[in-house]
Amino acid sequence: MADASDAATAGHAGGPAVPAVPAVSAVEIERVFREEYGRSVAVLVRLVGDIDLAEEAVQDAFEKAVERWPSVGLPPSPAGWIITTARNRAIDRQRREASRGSRQAQALLLYTQDDPVEEGPVHDDRLRLIFTCCHPALAEPAQVALTLRLLGGLSTAEIARALLVSEPTMAQRIARAKAKIRDAGIPYRLPADTDLPERLRPVLAVVYLIYNEGYLSAGFGGEPSREQLCAEAIRLGRLLVELMPDEPEALGLLALMLLIQSRRPARVTPDGALVLLADQDRSRWDRELVAQGQALVRRCLRRGRPGPYQIQAAVNAVHSDAPTAAATDWRQIVQLYDQQMALAPTPVVALHRAVAVAETDGPAAALALVEPLALDGYYLWHAVRADLLQRLDRPDEAVPAYKAALARTRNPAERDQLERKLRALSPPQAH
Amino acid sequence: MKQYLLSIYQPEGGVPEPEVLARVMAELVDLRQELESTGAWVFGAGLHDPSTATVLRPQGGQVLVTDGPFAEGKEFLGGFTIVRAADLDAALSWGRRYALATGLPVEVRPFQGKAED
Repeated sequence: MADASDAATAGHAGGPAVPAVPAVSAVEIERVFREEYGRSVAVLVRLVGDIDLAEEAVQDAFEKAVERWPSVGLPPSPAGWIITTARNRAIDRQRREASRGSRQAQALLLYTQDDPVEEGPVHDDRLRLIFTCCHPALAEPAQVALTLRLLGGLSTAEIARALLVSEPTMAQRIARAKAKIRDAGIPYRLPADTDLPERLRPVLAVVYLIYNEGYLSAGFGGEPSREQLCAEAIRLGRLLVELMPDEPEALGLLALMLLIQSRRPARVTPDGALVLLADQDRSRWDRELVAQGQALVRRCLRRGRPGPYQIQAAVNAVHSDAPTAAATDWRQIVQLYDQQMALAPTPVVALHRAVAVAETDGPAAALALVEPLALDGYYLWHAVRADLLQRLDRPDEAVPAYKAALARTRNPAERDQLERKLRALSPPQAH
Repeated sequence: MKQYLLSIYQPEGGVPEPEVLARVMAELVDLRQELESTGAWVFGAGLHDPSTATVLRPQGGQVLVTDGPFAEGKEFLGGFTIVRAADLDAALSWGRRYALATGLPVEVRPFQGKAED
């Protein structure tokens, strides 16, 4: 690590290029940034006890890397270099502000600049940071923004674009959340074992919400920056599994995302229209993601502690198993939804169960299950109802149901799909 | 260490049955003893009904005295406790105890500045 310290304390940037050193491209530095930003911020927050200072120091370190690495080459441990450089920057900052005389500043000064930064407990640092970002005392939009910012390394502008919020609004949301962490004393530490189930729930919810934000944007008008959220959520999901390998719901969440993501190549046509699961060209599914997802489903089911994410993942694994839509084992899917209804009965789960029942027992049986659900505000309830009415050859009722579904979604790809169904149902009148 | 204000909110009207109230009061006494023995207790008290409140408003260099409370609402501040805690999680775990003991919502809010250890 001596070279990292040297690099960090050398006052000048650049220096003569050494021909033997392989060039480091901007793309390579960008990759290191994406991979190591969260880890570096997490270590720095532990060292300096302040999120803003930690972020500034890590950003400074990456700026320095952009200056130096192209000429001196990638250090043996890029993360170690960034963390050591950032820590030294933070120490310099705090020395300059020593008049503040805060205990944090003094504690930090106990580390000497030559101390190598330990990378051992880094895992715990990232986990701590996730639990801080997703603390239940923060509102969900703030949890999502902070997680993308601090662990994903996304800029405020990127987050604002991806979540369809103006940049000043997002900047204010992040600033308020950081201020609450500081002023209310939201701790930077792992929750006690007894609190873990309760504290894990928002963490998983935030990651899945990030995935869904990206997923729902696919197709018409899909912003590339929003689809990037899917990759980011999967990266966070992998991190949670790496950090909490014994947590079956973390495995279940990752499996669920991987299995849904495996269908991405078949889900959207080149011109942006959505393709329903039943109509997808299954040869275009990403077999590697399917295999990873199914292996995770088997791994978490063996633990015998089922939960909502594991069950949803298992449902998706059943779909992935079927070589054709007609070969889908709908009975097993109904059983899985029965299990989920026993664990956490919600109208939305009941709706998905009814869709599976339509395949095992026919559309009339399914419609009887759908009608009583109190989901009038949910476009999918109307869309499922419309589809069942259509299959029951009741077009006079199906048409207004499709219209009701259309009135309840602004998602362009979903609207396109509903409009196509509606057109098929009511061909233009002959003049 | 930081200090946190634990505000206990009560719905308008409806006083609990005497035996329920007695059980709540006994739990609050236990809780206070536990807070004191762990050094977390700073101060705490229950308040009289909002109808007993008086409001003072500055007006042109004078102060106007009126019948209170300051804000009419369906819920009002029934009592509060100030605790000393290392962080929000520690304060929340005391707040949770008050919520369970009283069956009432509790707001946990940090004081500005730091408390002596």
